Amino acid sequence: MRALSSIAIASLLVATSALWGCGAKPWVKPYEREKLADPIMAFSRDPLSDKHRQHVYEVREAARGAGVSQGGGCGCN
Amino acid sequence: MLSRMAARLVIYLTLFTSGPVMSQAAVLPEERLDTMYHSYDGGGVEVDGPALLVRKNFAEKVSVAAAYYADAVSSASIDVLTTASPFTDDRTESGLSIDYLRRNTLMNLSFSTSDEEDYQADTVNLGLAQELFGGMTTLTLGYSVGNDVVSRVDNEFEDEIDRYSYHLGLSQILSKTLLLNVDYEAIADDGFLNSPYRVARILGAFVPERYPRTRESQALTFRALKYLQSGKSVRAEYRRFWDTWDISADTLEFGFNKYFGRRWLMELRYRYYTQDAASFYGDNFPAEQNFMARDKELSTFTSNSLGGKFSYTFLQDGDGALGRGTFTFSYDSIEFDYDDFTDIRNGKLFSFDADVIQLFISLWY
Repeated sequence: MRALSSIAIASLLVATSALWGCGAKPWVKPYEREKLADPIMAFSRDPLSDKHRQHVYEVREAARGAGVSQGGGCGCN
Repeated sequence: MLSRMAARLVIYLTLFTSGPVMSQAAVLPEERLDTMYHSYDGGGVEVDGPALLVRKNFAEKVSVAAAYYADAVSSASIDVLTTASPFTDDRTESGLSIDYLRRNTLMNLSFSTSDEEDYQADTVNLGLAQELFGGMTTLTLGYSVGNDVVSRVDNEFEDEIDRYSYHLGLSQILSKTLLLNVDYEAIADDGFLNSPYRVARILGAFVPERYPRTRESQALTFRALKYLQSGKSVRAEYRRFWDTWDISADTLEFGFNKYFGRRWLMELRYRYYTQDAASFYGDNFPAEQNFMARDKELSTFTSNSLGGKFSYTFLQDGDGALGRGTFTFSYDSIEFDYDDFTDIRNGKLFSFDADVIQLFISLWY
């Protein structure tokens, strides 16, 4: 587990740092993001609803974590 | 491992909050109020109650959210019917979350507490979201620590669980119509991890379950969201899960969104889940062993869910001072099929169906 988590963290950090160091420019300009701002393009459109659905599954399944209600909003589990 | 990961997290937080910033500034979450009624009915268990989530922003720098969630449980599940008596229980959960925005960095501190007669859980969460490359990339980091107190309603038993969670996420705009997201989470538990009520079977005789006192799990999720023409989008998600109890699981979910006119929005979704049993799970052990579980959530099973969400916009931006308002009905039908958990009343493999309903009103202001 330690090795896998280290690899996952290191990979994301290296990829991000590489792009950052190269001064990567956004290839989708802010004025081209109209469709991305549409509510149907949100990974979690309704945080309270998604949190309840996630709770329903987590109570009945062994798997847990990396869920959609994870980031942002109320961080409460 | 935990102290090393915590040290790494502090370094990453420092790195990303002190680094160069790009032109596009991040924004606070939307101000919003959600009031919901939720209901679950399946396998002899009925759970329902209200939930509330409200968020208010201040000076375009600080966002405060408060959450309340209540469950009224009426249980006559297979575990209860075969080894105990049906019972009722109430659970309430409340949480407070504060976000602070500094240029492209959103920092979050949240606390939640959950109370029921024989279980108390407190969790503190630290989070950070950093926008990079003109808002094309969002990196999220999270750390949470929790303490649970487990007890029984019929005697003096009491024990504790310490929980630690580490989260790392990356969201990427790939094109004008395509978003990708990768999430990784490691969770470590230390304490009394089984139910103090549930029993295992040895040659048909009931004995108390015995679990290891530690569990470490990891989950890696990939998500993609694509905008199609004429107000439609499709979503695909895959999660791989594995832990130190030898459980591995795969989750696959698809969603389809479509507008109907200016006021109706529909989502259809399908979810498939499958898992392998824990190394110490047994339906009926041939002999006593160190660790023994007969929790069907640790057995080998699959589940299929089919559902939909239908939102009606009763208030549109510009209609008044309040902003937007929607009414939403959500329904999921879930089917659980167990491969090695038998219903001891008839000796057949167990399966059941469940209905999950949500009704909620959302207001943006």
